[in-house]
Amino acid sequence: MIALVAALGAVAVITGLLVFTVDSMARATFLLLASFVAVAVVLIGFGLGYLGTVVILMMTIEMMIMVVFMVMLMMNPAGLMPMTMVHNRRGSWAIALVAFGLLTAGVWLVPFPVRASAASRGVTSGPAVGPDPTVALGDALMGGQMLTMMTLGLALLATIVGAVAVAVSRR
Amino acid sequence: MVLLAPALVVVAGLAAAAGAATAGEGPTAPVVETLRLLTKQRRRTLSDDPALARIGLTALPVAAVLALAVVPLGDRAPVDLGVGVVWFNAMEVVAWFAVWVVGWGPNAATSLAGGYRVLPLGLAYELPHMLAIITPAIAAGSLSPGVIAAAQHDLWYAVWMPAAFLLYLLSVAAMAFWGPFAAPLGRDLAGGAAAEHAGLDRLLLLAGRWMLLTAAAAMAVPLFLGGGAPPPITGPDPFPGLPVLWFAVKLVVVLGLLLALRRAVPMLRMARFATLAWTVLIPLAVAQALVVTVVVLP
Repeated sequence: MIALVAALGAVAVITGLLVFTVDSMARATFLLLASFVAVAVVLIGFGLGYLGTVVILMMTIEMMIMVVFMVMLMMNPAGLMPMTMVHNRRGSWAIALVAFGLLTAGVWLVPFPVRASAASRGVTSGPAVGPDPTVALGDALMGGQMLTMMTLGLALLATIVGAVAVAVSRR
Repeated sequence: MVLLAPALVVVAGLAAAAGAATAGEGPTAPVVETLRLLTKQRRRTLSDDPALARIGLTALPVAAVLALAVVPLGDRAPVDLGVGVVWFNAMEVVAWFAVWVVGWGPNAATSLAGGYRVLPLGLAYELPHMLAIITPAIAAGSLSPGVIAAAQHDLWYAVWMPAAFLLYLLSVAAMAFWGPFAAPLGRDLAGGAAAEHAGLDRLLLLAGRWMLLTAAAAMAVPLFLGGGAPPPITGPDPFPGLPVLWFAVKLVVVLGLLLALRRAVPMLRMARFATLAWTVLIPLAVAQALVVTVVVLP
């Protein structure tokens, strides 16, 4: 299991790096998606089935929405002409290294909770889950604000639908 | 699990034969077409990207098989996943990506335009679809298709939440870019995303589409039609111990409804369908989910 997770981690990093070496929007989109899917399968391997599956779902849709923005905003909307995937190299390097340093420091500094059954066997680290990892995740993210967030989500959706309805009736 | 892919190919082939028969061709047309495509060469165009196109072409049937893996065929699923409904949804959106790169690959105008048509289609059908598959999950209190099927021993969800069932059928056809939603492969674009693909490439695309449609029709059985159990109104099961049989009968009915949809509705323009989806179908799906939630609220 650890070998599989490590291999998928390597796949995620390599495909992530390759995004910046290709010269086509479509290939960059595919490689980025492959990187995200590898991370999602790592999450599923950790026992976070819901989170991993949602990452696959969201990232696939997100890549396709990125394509919509590509058509709307880019100089080369079809994207068939070769183009470079990098600009502002120095700034990008600085941002990337700072973000990498912060995230890596976070991995080692954050005190991860320990699963009760594992702690009784003397294990002091490892993926932490409650009885149901999906419930535990929802509780950790939203806690007592669950009802607020659900109401907010519905209000946002209603706003979007209302905006679309108003926009299309003006044709 | 090993037999899943061949079984899906066979059932999708039968569905394609029925589809050919209802479209006025002979029912053997898919077999003839398959053999013809297998003997033809693949086609290359100028400065194309065949590797990327073939990734998309392969992803389509693979995603269909992976989506079917969590569907209870009879009483239990090949892979009994606790979050099966979400997994099914994640696998079917792979079709967006697949059709887009399939259209992109050949570096041709009609093909590219066909590939791009899948984006408005996807953005229009996906939210009603998500709400339609979440509604049975709310009612059963579980994301596992097996548990959802078992929760319908008194009343099918197709009867209790008809709007969700209709939205599911509609969005399934859209997901497989099929029937009224076939604009990505539209005749007005000389075949769209499929225009420049010949031989095995074209076979993968067309067969993958039938496989996706069949897998999605199969998911309607546990979500809305009670899975492998007999209809609640018939009393004791006349074929006890054969849930696969009931599953097959219901699958045939769902596929029949989808074939009737193609006969009944002409091909929709993507802009009109997007307007319909965002102003009518999404509010309808939210209302249906709300009614179900209020009823099952403890």
